[in-house]
Amino acid sequence: MTIPDSAADAIRHNPAQNDPMVTFERVTKRFGNDEKSFVALDNVDLVVGRGEITGIIGRSGAGKSTLIRLVNGLEKVTSGRVVVDGTDVGGLGETGLRSLRREIGMIFQHFNLLSSRTAYDNVALPLEIAGFDKAAIKAKVGPLLELVGLADRASHYPSELSGGQKQRVGIARALATSPKLLLSDEATSALDPETTQSILALLKRINAELGLTILLITHEMEVVKTIASHVAVMDVGRIVEQGRTFDIFTAPKHETTRIMLAATSGTTLPEWLKTDLRQTPSAGDRILVRLTFLGATAFQPLTARLVTEIGGDVNILAGAIEEIAGEPFGTLVVAYPATPETIARANRFYAETGLSTEVLGYVA
Amino acid sequence: MSPEMLFDLLWKALLQTLHMVAVSGLIGSLIGLPIGIFLATSGKGELFPAPTLNKVVGLIVNAARSTPFIILVVAIIPFTRLLAGTSIGTKAAIVPLTIATVPFFARLVEAAIREIDKGLIEAARAMGATPMQIVAKVLLAEAKPAIVAAFTMTIVSLIGYSAMVGAVGGGGLGDLGIRYGYQRFMPEVMLAVVVVLIVLVQLVQSAGDALARRFDKRNRQG
Repeated sequence: MTIPDSAADAIRHNPAQNDPMVTFERVTKRFGNDEKSFVALDNVDLVVGRGEITGIIGRSGAGKSTLIRLVNGLEKVTSGRVVVDGTDVGGLGETGLRSLRREIGMIFQHFNLLSSRTAYDNVALPLEIAGFDKAAIKAKVGPLLELVGLADRASHYPSELSGGQKQRVGIARALATSPKLLLSDEATSALDPETTQSILALLKRINAELGLTILLITHEMEVVKTIASHVAVMDVGRIVEQGRTFDIFTAPKHETTRIMLAATSGTTLPEWLKTDLRQTPSAGDRILVRLTFLGATAFQPLTARLVTEIGGDVNILAGAIEEIAGEPFGTLVVAYPATPETIARANRFYAETGLSTEVLGYVA
Repeated sequence: MSPEMLFDLLWKALLQTLHMVAVSGLIGSLIGLPIGIFLATSGKGELFPAPTLNKVVGLIVNAARSTPFIILVVAIIPFTRLLAGTSIGTKAAIVPLTIATVPFFARLVEAAIREIDKGLIEAARAMGATPMQIVAKVLLAEAKPAIVAAFTMTIVSLIGYSAMVGAVGGGGLGDLGIRYGYQRFMPEVMLAVVVVLIVLVQLVQSAGDALARRFDKRNRQG
């Protein structure tokens, strides 16, 4: 097997991913015939590490749904390869695909439970399909409902369950055939924030306890921030950035990532400040600086020291502290007089403490 | 006509109607069901893709459905004779009734299956289900209430159609109404026939609705 350079690069950049569960190698997917075809995925390279939770985030129409459906062969690549645990999905026939699918669980935005079956029977469905007998099915379904916290809802029909409970049934069903990989297609997008958190906590627990690899697609930043250790950002059929979630979200390089992050985090300025902002200083202006607190610096009382260093004339304009992939991350936008001596004092302080900074501009 | 005579005539006609409707309804639906499933699953990119055959079957179904029933009865007399050994009587009437049932029920089944959320088919495919397993465990199971409703509608239509086979000596309630009520000017017979038909249709509809409701788990309150 030869790995294209770009995929090899991705592996080198992520030593933890040198035993991938899924690799996309120069994958292109085109829908329709030549005349009016639509490119859903354009030369995508991606590595999903074994035992990790990898999130793919992008706006609707970015190609996420197509990407995730290539993994279990619900869609077929136009060119390139998708390799799942050493097997080239494109090379499988119908029978081969069916046995691969039994090793890959999938959960959906709208749950896709059979309305005619109880919670128990919905979880039993993949086992019936795989040809398990009644006793074997019973031995599996009970513990699974227990795992997702729905043991007392076994005989309820989906219409008698809440959205969160339906998704729990969906998760139990996806785990029924003991898969090695779980695909999550916007699994929390139809749920309220509180239920979303409980479903994410369940997925995190399953990942930790069963060592199950999870590949999820979402348009919600919160989802990726909360559970994904690795992230790929998609825009119009391309992956524009990928890597550790903490790295990508604390130092977004691509415009798409910045825009998506802006909606949820304190890394951007309020609208009123933006309109007044100038790129060159004039006399009496104040300088606007964004300070980023990562890892250890997030725990130190640096703000108070900054105020002392500069001489008291500092105001705070925006700020946020959040947790990304389990690590603290803070941003603070401060303003102080744009005089050479104040700036020099501040810069000395930044160099001393290792704070990363960015000059945003000047205001009167 | 004495009430006893009237009752006797009505009873015999009712049994003939029930006989015709039951036999043609059952056989017609059994043939119509797979055709309906085929119509719903053989389009481009569906479970059993066969777009050309799908179009051909669709055309035949449409042709059969647009032929007025009374013309169908007359047009297929040679075929009826071949199958039933005769072209008159209740037994002969069952042939055109069955042939009319097949496309009617097939279209209703097709519609019932097309109503099912495509997400369920995708979920079953993702589980590694074969197309046949998807039909049996997903499509038919989920469409059951709608298929029961379709069967009810088919039976009700058949009761109406069966009134027309009096034209070929098929017997039954419709035939009784025409021969006694209309041709012999006996309005009380006509009235009695209409009342029996109304009660029959009501019973069939209520039973069908109750059964469909029992199978329908979609609107249960928790």
